[in-house]
Order: sequence, then structure tokens, then C-alpha cells
Amino acid sequence: MFRDALLVAGKDLRIERRSRVGLQQIVPFAVLVIVLFAFALDPDRGVLTRAAAGLFWVAVLFSALLAVQRSQAVEGADGVRDAVRLSGLDPAGIFLGKALAVAVQLLVLEVVLGVSVVLLYDVEVVGLGVLAGTAVAATAGLAAAGSLYGALAAGLRVRETLLPLLLLPVVAPVLIAATRASESALTSTSFEVSAGDWLGLLGVFAALYVAFGLFAYGPLLED
Amino acid sequence: MKRTTTSSGLTMSLGIAALVALGATVALGLTLPKTVEQAEYSRLIAIHPGIAWTAYVACTVTALASIAWLLPRTRAAKWDLLAGASAEIGALFTALMLITGSIWGRPTWGVYWVWDARLTLSALLLALLLGYLAIRQVPADPDVRARRSAMAALLALVVVPVNHFAVEWWRTLHQGRSLAQLTPEDSLDGSFLGAMALGFLAMTLVYAWLLVHRVRVARLEEAREETALATAIEERRAEATTLAR
Repeated sequence: MFRDALLVAGKDLRIERRSRVGLQQIVPFAVLVIVLFAFALDPDRGVLTRAAAGLFWVAVLFSALLAVQRSQAVEGADGVRDAVRLSGLDPAGIFLGKALAVAVQLLVLEVVLGVSVVLLYDVEVVGLGVLAGTAVAATAGLAAAGSLYGALAAGLRVRETLLPLLLLPVVAPVLIAATRASESALTSTSFEVSAGDWLGLLGVFAALYVAFGLFAYGPLLED
Repeated sequence: MKRTTTSSGLTMSLGIAALVALGATVALGLTLPKTVEQAEYSRLIAIHPGIAWTAYVACTVTALASIAWLLPRTRAAKWDLLAGASAEIGALFTALMLITGSIWGRPTWGVYWVWDARLTLSALLLALLLGYLAIRQVPADPDVRARRSAMAALLALVVVPVNHFAVEWWRTLHQGRSLAQLTPEDSLDGSFLGAMALGFLAMTLVYAWLLVHRVRVARLEEAREETALATAIEERRAEATTLAR
């Protein structure tokens, strides 16, 4: 299963390395969202600095939608979906591979976006460890839930509009928990929050959707 | 022999019972005494808790029916139809719960909406239900649609407890109080309790009534889809034979 997962993830990441859709389109989009927030919320009033964590994660969420859609689009072209099904790969492995590739891309995006937020929003990072832990746990959850819903909506004519409606309410707890955990790692925020609880919640979310995907991906592919 | 209507003895009696209970709830609710703090608005207790309860019942039925469809031993088309019908009515009642809650919230809290844990969860629930209904709308083979919908229902169900904790901590960390303590339930007068109980009964009956009709409508729709193509082909053939003559 893990070998299959690495094969699928390798395939997706190779496609990304050659096409650069994520790097040249999704990452610039995310940075653009960060800049747009600055236009909407006057940078002089300090709102940006105080809301930095939340704005960062909203930008990540929107980018995750694009990343998931891209991840499913490469399956849809040239009958790849059927070929993958015929390949005899373990469905659980395919799921893990798809989610892993999305997660790797999102982590790269989060690093770029994080640097942009620190530079543009005048934020100081004090807990790099907490921030890294939050990013990993939240990304795992986003990638797992995203890949599941991506597969559910794949092949439907309305997938582009359906995916956000399905995915965004489900990942609401990720947005809440990741924002609170990140806030505790930034100096700009004043309230005391225990990052541990929020990290735990992110972990539970990720574990739930990874576990669900492991046994539900097979039936989903049969559509 | 083929059913062409969704009405039957069961729905007739359910409908009459629902309307009588609803009428009694309204009558009792409007005669409730005014309270000091909320004046007229406290009378919303006759309908709002009942609506909320029915919304949760509807969601539970959808979840259970989806599980029943997914389990190979109990797999049957009726569970899919039941899940879909119940989700539709659930979305209606969740929306009504938010609307009546907002109407009640305005005089009680001064605003239509507060970011309380329960309110936020209800709003998320409505979004999940709308997503589920959207995926049901996508045309597909009944079996494919049933599997897809059942999986979507389970996927959404998984997140409900996580949502609960996230929202609960989020709010309690910020303000440390829940609106649950502010509702007049702690000091309920007997007549209020009676009106509330009647509201529960009335809303549940309305739900059951709508549910039976909705499942039957879905069944008729499916039957029509099955026969529509065959009928169309037959008609075209008939045209062809007349032309050939």
C-alpha cells in the first residue's frame, strides 16, 4: 500500500514538476490573495497584523481548493482514471498517494505564503516549532479531506462549483484550529491560547479523514 | 395498480394530525403570558425548540438511512430515497431554526446573530446539508447516485463531532459563556413547557407527513425515468410505421 502511495505521489509530483501549474499559478494566486487582503483592510490600522494568522489560513484554504481540483484534473485527462483503476494499485494506496502529493504542494505553498505574510503584514514569529507542527497537521487534514471530496466530485459536470460547497464547511474546524494554534506562535496576538489542544484537534481531524479515505476510496473510484 | 398519487390513508391521517397539532401549538403559543424581559417574543418557545429538534431528527434519519444503504446486508433503494427526502426536510427545518432563532435573538441579545457555538454549528450544518443535496441533484444512475450520496453523507457526518469541539473551544476561549444559560429554560413556567412540548409533537408530525410524501414523490420520479425512454422509443416507432405506410 505504501509503495503504491509513493508511486502515485511520485507520478503527481512529476507532473507538477514538468507542468509547474502549482508553482506558476496556484502560488502566485495565494500571494495575490494576501495582497488583496491588504487592500481590503487598511494596513495602517493594524488589522492585518492582528488578523494575520486567519488571513493566512483563508488563503491556504482557497489555494487548497485549486490544488485539489488540479490533482483530480490530471486524473481526468486521457482516461488516466480508468488506467489507474486497471493498474491493480491498492485504492488505499492511490488515496494516500494523491493526498501526499497535494500535501507536499500545499506545504511548499505555505512556506512561500508564510514568508509573504511575515514580510507584508509586519508579523513576528516566536514559535517556529508550533507553526511548523500546525502547518503539517492542518495540511494533512486538508489534503486528506480534499482528496476524498475531489474524488467524490470528479467526473461530474458541476465539479468546479460543487467542490467548494462540499469541502469548505467540512474544513471549517481546520480553519478555526489552525488559526488559533498559529496565533499563539505569533507575537502580534495578545490572548493566551493553548496551542496543544488545537494541534490535537487538527491531528484528530487529519486522522479521521485519512482513516476514512483508506477504506472509502475504493468505492469512490468505482463511480 | 401503479401508484399515481402520493396520498394515502396514512398521509391523510398524518396530515390531519399535523395540522391539528400545529393549530393547537399556534393557539396555545399566542395565549402564553408575556414575560418581563422578552415581552411577546418569549412565545417563540412554542415553535423554535420544536423546529430545532425536528432538524436534528431529520439529520439523524439521513445518517442512519445512508449507513443502512452502505451496509451490504441492508442495501436497498428505499434507504437512498429516505436519506434524500429526510435531508431535504432537514435543510428546510435547519433554515427555519436559524430564522426563528434570529427573530428571537434580536430582542433577547440585541442582535440577529451572535457567534455562539450552537448558532455557528447550526449554520455549518445547513451548509453541509446543502452540499449533500447539491450532490444528489447531479444526474446519475440511481445506484451510482445512491453510493455517491451515502458516502457524502458519511463524510459530512464524520466532521460533526470535530466541528462541535472546534466551535465550542473557539467560543468558550473567547467569551467563556454559552447562550444556553441565557435561554429561559431554567425557570420555565408550566404553560411554557406545555406549549413547547406541543410544538415538539406538531413539528415531528409535520416532518413525518412531509417525509412520507417526499419519499413517494421520489419513487414516482424514478419510475417515470425508467419508463420515459421506453415510452419515447415506442412513440417514435409508431410515427415511423405511419410514415412508412
